[in-house]
Amino acid sequence: MKTGKHVIPILILSIFLLVAILHCIGGYAIASEKEMVVQITAKKFEYSPKDIKVKKNVPLVLEFTSLDRLHGFNCPGLGIRSDIFPGKTTRLRFIPSKAGTYPFHCDNFCGTGHEGMTGTITVED
Amino acid sequence: MKIDRREFLKLAGIGSVIFVAGPGILLDVTEAAKSEKDDFFFVQLSDTHWGFAGPDVNPDAAGTLKKAVAAVNRLTKQPDFVMFTGDLTHVTEDEKERRKRLSEFRSIVSELKVKNVRFMPGEHDAGLDKGKAFKEFFETTHYTFDHKGVHFIVLDNVSDPTSSIGETQLAWLSGDLKRLDKGARIVVFTHRPLFDLYPDWDWHTRDGSKAIDMLMPFLNVTVFYGHIHQEHHHETGHIAHHAAKGLMYPLPAPDSVPKKQPVHWDNTAPYKGLGFRRINADVKKGNYDIAEFGVRGERL
Repeated sequence: MKTGKHVIPILILSIFLLVAILHCIGGYAIASEKEMVVQITAKKFEYSPKDIKVKKNVPLVLEFTSLDRLHGFNCPGLGIRSDIFPGKTTRLRFIPSKAGTYPFHCDNFCGTGHEGMTGTITVED
Repeated sequence: MKIDRREFLKLAGIGSVIFVAGPGILLDVTEAAKSEKDDFFFVQLSDTHWGFAGPDVNPDAAGTLKKAVAAVNRLTKQPDFVMFTGDLTHVTEDEKERRKRLSEFRSIVSELKVKNVRFMPGEHDAGLDKGKAFKEFFETTHYTFDHKGVHFIVLDNVSDPTSSIGETQLAWLSGDLKRLDKGARIVVFTHRPLFDLYPDWDWHTRDGSKAIDMLMPFLNVTVFYGHIHQEHHHETGHIAHHAAKGLMYPLPAPDSVPKKQPVHWDNTAPYKGLGFRRINADVKKGNYDIAEFGVRGERL
């Protein structure tokens, strides 16, 4: 029978495909589990938390929200920056690959205490 | 009887004469004489932060600017003009107070003998209202003017709170530069540095490199700026950038301390780190000699 001849290869192919899909989904799930998420709020004239500790080579997501006005986040040592808008979550994804302590600051002028609106990211081995 | 070149030209009634001064060198004598005659100097004052209060940093906050104005007035020869490179006032979120400070500042500097006084904003003046109050007092935040053969460009890199010049102003700059000869004498005034002096302390302009790229084809460009409250000299290619001292409080040298904070007042050396500068323009050579002065007019 013509159809019967193809049943076994199709079955094998389907199993491979299923395994591959499950592998991908599983891999993504593992990556998501490994991703570290840090939520940071910004308001005049501070970040909370302002000192953040992360692990080297562990994917990091910084989730920013502003409680009042436009602020900025600039961490030149890690080469990352973003505007932080009120009423909106802004995400920055990156993998910190160098251990050390990196200062960050608000780089959108926000008022009298702007120059003190700073913090640090410490990347630990 | 000795007759100098200018006298000779005057006696001869020569309008414009070109001499062959050497192989490949053509010298327009009239122009040269004119340039010499037209050399001039101006004074830069910066970061006066009128309205600042902090006795540990400056116990004479209400008197420092007035002393500097008096010192400029005492200069033996008065400058052709005076330029204030931003942060005329200290930031306040109270709009009424902002205008009061701008008004008081304008009143104090009206005591300058020189009446050709030019202004530009710093982020303390214009960063919270996109320059609205500043414009009520000083009309515009960016402009150009020509003086004795030098083209001056005043760039606003503070009214946009993102520390940017912005595409609109960059297009305006591009249009202005298009009409200039590549050998034109160009002086640019900004508040923030156009280059990345120390981004960790916000000492940069986010799109400053775009302005520098536009200026690069011009052979004679010099930038004078403020913002960092200290003397600093840097070159991006052939473009020189000179930061001026402030007139309220000094700031530490870039990366010299973990946190940027005003340097405390030194009772043994009052007004240390504060001052203004005189800039002598040699138009023919395109050179600018800088002489630094303390708040009370003492040569540093």
